[in-house]
Amino acid sequence: MPADLRTRIGHLDLPSPIVTASGCAGTGRELAQFTDVARIGAVTTKSVTLEPRAGNPAPRLAETPSGMLSSAGLQGPGMDGFLQRDLPWLLSRGARAVVSVAGHTAREYGELASRLSDAAGVTAIEVNLGCPDAAAAGRPFALDAAAAGQVVAAVRGSARYDIPVFAKLSPEVTDIVAVARSCVSAGADGLSMINTLPGMAIDPVTMRPALAGLSGGLSGPAIRPVAVRCVWQVREALPDVPIIGAGGVRTGRDALELLLAGAALIAVGTVLFHDPSACSRIQRELEEELGARGVDRVSDIVGRAHEPAGYGAERHSWV
Amino acid sequence: MAQSDREGGVAPVQVRGTVLTVRRVDAYVAMTVVAPAIATRFRPGQFIAIAVGGPQSAMLGRRMFSVHDVRPDHGGTVEFVFAPREPGTQWLADCRSRDVLDVVGPLGRPFPVPRDPASCLLLGVGTSAAPLFSLSARLADRSCPTDFLLGAESADRVFGALTARRTGRSAVITTNDGSLGSRGSVVDMLPTVVQQARTDVIYASAPLGVLRAVCTLADRYAIPVQALVTEPTMMCGTGLCMGCVLPTVGNDGITRMVRACVDGPVFRGDAVRWDDVGTIPFDALGAPGWKPRPGAPASVTAPTAPSAPDTPPAHGTAGERSNAG
Repeated sequence: MPADLRTRIGHLDLPSPIVTASGCAGTGRELAQFTDVARIGAVTTKSVTLEPRAGNPAPRLAETPSGMLSSAGLQGPGMDGFLQRDLPWLLSRGARAVVSVAGHTAREYGELASRLSDAAGVTAIEVNLGCPDAAAAGRPFALDAAAAGQVVAAVRGSARYDIPVFAKLSPEVTDIVAVARSCVSAGADGLSMINTLPGMAIDPVTMRPALAGLSGGLSGPAIRPVAVRCVWQVREALPDVPIIGAGGVRTGRDALELLLAGAALIAVGTVLFHDPSACSRIQRELEEELGARGVDRVSDIVGRAHEPAGYGAERHSWV
Repeated sequence: MAQSDREGGVAPVQVRGTVLTVRRVDAYVAMTVVAPAIATRFRPGQFIAIAVGGPQSAMLGRRMFSVHDVRPDHGGTVEFVFAPREPGTQWLADCRSRDVLDVVGPLGRPFPVPRDPASCLLLGVGTSAAPLFSLSARLADRSCPTDFLLGAESADRVFGALTARRTGRSAVITTNDGSLGSRGSVVDMLPTVVQQARTDVIYASAPLGVLRAVCTLADRYAIPVQALVTEPTMMCGTGLCMGCVLPTVGNDGITRMVRACVDGPVFRGDAVRWDDVGTIPFDALGAPGWKPRPGAPASVTAPTAPSAPDTPPAHGTAGERSNAG
């Protein structure tokens, strides 16, 4: 019997724990050609900024072993364009929209959150803390627990009470738990991890950096172990905080790994570039993986890896 | 909006296609894959995106190929041509008959074709010329005389010279080393060919530098160009990754960074700011420091699609644009 994938976080009811990762699903329309966006847990949008942004020059992406370096520079229509076209489209298709927001100051984030609160149909807000902080000479918010907390507080303060706020954390810190704690005490309802790791590639043909932006964020299966470690650490420290796990999830088994580490939702990102129907496929595979292990509900195995060895040993017959 | 609701077009599909044939054509590899769903949807100029390296591949980017031709055998096959240059295309070249590939397509905007008979020049360089042959067949259906201008570095890298000679009203070949046709590049021969053939519209598929030169020349002769771009490199082909952006000017005069995979790969020659490809022009919508014009709420998606070549663009505006850039 296939496992029940329905997932409940706070008062959010999602049909599946599989969501898209920010910046990897386009506006949702591109994805909808290959996946029924209403049947996956939610579509996380590209990070929305206040004003339209042209992004960075091309080349923006470089392929690395089992990974992808990218610096798209948050190209997008801005909040007006998003609310006029993209959000209504997602809602018209029956998709749940987790809206990622990005800014350069805490106030900007607050404004974005209040704009989203005025719009109907926002399922949750994900705070992209990977943006450069104008007040800290361009250091990303996510690298500093206090700065991250301020942004989250600004968003939580401006967002409608019934819209959960998730903070997206960067793995590029010595102590991700400290940043996580700061975000949670600033009012984050959940955490999303991990954002990309900074990396660089040089093109041997041109003998120049492969990206126009010189360095970019590394994503894809190459960083999955980092994601598992981060999710594990934060789950260990803050067991009651729901986590969206992301980082190179490619198969149902990969999703299972992050669920076991403590993620309640799984975001599929870079793999969508490789396989645009990955969300539906991973969802199906996860269902099968859970069924094979005799798990009835996906929520039963969230964080299971933290339980002492031997717990549920009778179920190990499938090994 | 414009990009993916695909007005008039059909949505792409993701299929598992069986390799039918792999053969060497001079310096290139030509591959035929059984993919009826793609073959029936295909229109000349569209491309396919193939996953390389198997299901657990370390190569996450898909490889894009302009479709050379579709045939009705085996329910529908798709043929494409490439030069194996890097590990991904090398892997593909090593595939054999009966291997199964993960193929997405047909992707992108096809070549618009004139409603009334017009003299069409089909210009291609190397494997980039591949999509011109299915286009030529479609143009023939509309009784458009077609002339070919093909080029490459050397004789073994000129693709489709024979077919061009057979199907075109005329075919001019250029090679950099002079091993076939005249020595030089297609751009050198363009003025002669255009004058002899009394070209009404140019369909060009070539590297960026050639396209830029062709568009500049065509502008001088007031001939509209439909240019198929293959750069910047596409990663996903489906519009998800936002990697393949280039600056284009919409009918409203606003420059936008658009994705070559969904808004292209075929662009109207005068819409692309060729000199600014690889940059974010300062006046592009959303560029750093950009401010919306008062009273004119700028739309981020292009208001209208690049039009068919039977509506020649106003060339005065093109001149103004290059000043602005």
